[in-house]
Amino acid sequence: MLKVLKSGFFTSIQDLGRLNYRNIGVPVSGAMDHDSVKKANRLLGNDTIDPVLEITMTGPTLQFDSPTTICLSGAFMSPTLNNEPIEYYKVISVKQGDILSYGKLENGFRSYLAVKGGFKAISVLGSCSQYFPVTPRKSIKDGDEIMYDAIASFEPILSELRTENHFQSKNITVYKGPEFFILSDKQLADLFSKRFTVSKENNRMAYQLSEKIDGHSYSMLTSGTLPGTVQLTPLGKLIVLMKDGQTTGGYPRILQLSEDAICLLAQKKFGDSLFFKLVG
Amino acid sequence: MKKYPISIKPFGERAILIEWPNKVDEAILEDILLFVKSFKKLEIPGWETIPAYSSILMVSNAEISDFPKLEKTLLDCYIRMNKSETRAQRFLWKLPVCYDDEFAIDLAETTNYLNLSASALIESHTSCEYTVFGIGFLPGFMYLGGLPKTLEIPRRKEPRLHVDKGSVGLAGKQTGIYPQDSPGGWNIIGSCPIPIFNATKETPCFVNVGDRIKFQSVSRAEYDLRKIEGEVGIYNLEKTEIDA
Repeated sequence: MLKVLKSGFFTSIQDLGRLNYRNIGVPVSGAMDHDSVKKANRLLGNDTIDPVLEITMTGPTLQFDSPTTICLSGAFMSPTLNNEPIEYYKVISVKQGDILSYGKLENGFRSYLAVKGGFKAISVLGSCSQYFPVTPRKSIKDGDEIMYDAIASFEPILSELRTENHFQSKNITVYKGPEFFILSDKQLADLFSKRFTVSKENNRMAYQLSEKIDGHSYSMLTSGTLPGTVQLTPLGKLIVLMKDGQTTGGYPRILQLSEDAICLLAQKKFGDSLFFKLVG
Repeated sequence: MKKYPISIKPFGERAILIEWPNKVDEAILEDILLFVKSFKKLEIPGWETIPAYSSILMVSNAEISDFPKLEKTLLDCYIRMNKSETRAQRFLWKLPVCYDDEFAIDLAETTNYLNLSASALIESHTSCEYTVFGIGFLPGFMYLGGLPKTLEIPRRKEPRLHVDKGSVGLAGKQTGIYPQDSPGGWNIIGSCPIPIFNATKETPCFVNVGDRIKFQSVSRAEYDLRKIEGEVGIYNLEKTEIDA
């Protein structure tokens, strides 16, 4: 088991999401940057959907009570194992009593910790992803104990992945959303030329952007939304729904982020800038 | 047999949106539910269907590689579906609501605005059958249609940071139940003791889009009893199948 000595700013158990309950309003949840999770799980020979820890901004301090193999991915948070720096995208053996801690956030915003065989968290409605009130809690707390299977040794097929860090990219790839047609020439010009920045209101539910474009008076009936849906409010505010976002909404859905763009946006924090790039 | 002009649009890499005419209309909702049922019969794996008002969002668990082919499958499904044979099953649920002052924190303001007595408001709110046009916003939050005009009141100017789970509210043309503690701007006129959403149940939400809801005014004593039943998960709700 993994003992949580300090939980960090916001750390939660996530897999790739809770499918098949969106028709009763349950968000899909799951890792915000699913691409980083898949890489870590693959290096460990796990299923890509195996539960990991999603670590936001400031990392936790964790102690392993049995040997296993881990892999770190996503935002680089200067991690150490027993005070020795360790690398990302690399299969690392840990022993009983080892302490993993995190330091300075160097890039990105969300880091992942995967363990051989995945964390053994309670599955609710087909997923271990923490989302209140579907799961009893929304995140892990100091003193929590998270189960995993002890593994004495593991020979990975590939022990290390060379990855180019792409979190600095400012280009957010988008498709036209269902209400794209309501946009005026001025709104379109602003949308695809302006630099937008992530506002303080950013979390697993949604990212609001600081800059506005012209508003609208288009009235529509509530309809389905997705992670990555960009909503335009009547006052011209842009809201990008994320993994814990509502399943339906009444604001025009002007753009839809690509799956890769959702992962990239998940690595942006307050004040980071971005540009929308339309494809399709 | 009447068919609507429907539009099928790609929505990102994994979803499509099917839209019916943009209206709040029972007949359209029925057509949508029938389509969902017919699509499920095709047993194409990996799809979620999210109906709401006049649209269905369909989400695939994989990237959609051939949109034109999928569009044809869906159109064929729509053209072939047969209304008389496969009507979707729908239920009318009777839900208890306690309108006592303790829960109905905005009742005085609301009756004042609507120029109704409290008993007239309760009489009016409990006399209608409301259709569930969608479930979203929060797990188990029902978008209910069919509120009488006499109960239309704008949402509160300042939303509350905390509204209790079970609170029954009015806002614009809508009435509804908060399925969990949440911030909210609706005018609260009562409380429903039955949990609308319970993740530990095999069917976490007993209501489906297309069902109807009728509220029944209950005393504080009955509210307390139903609340305990709800908490331990044994409650029998009165339901009847809707035909025609």
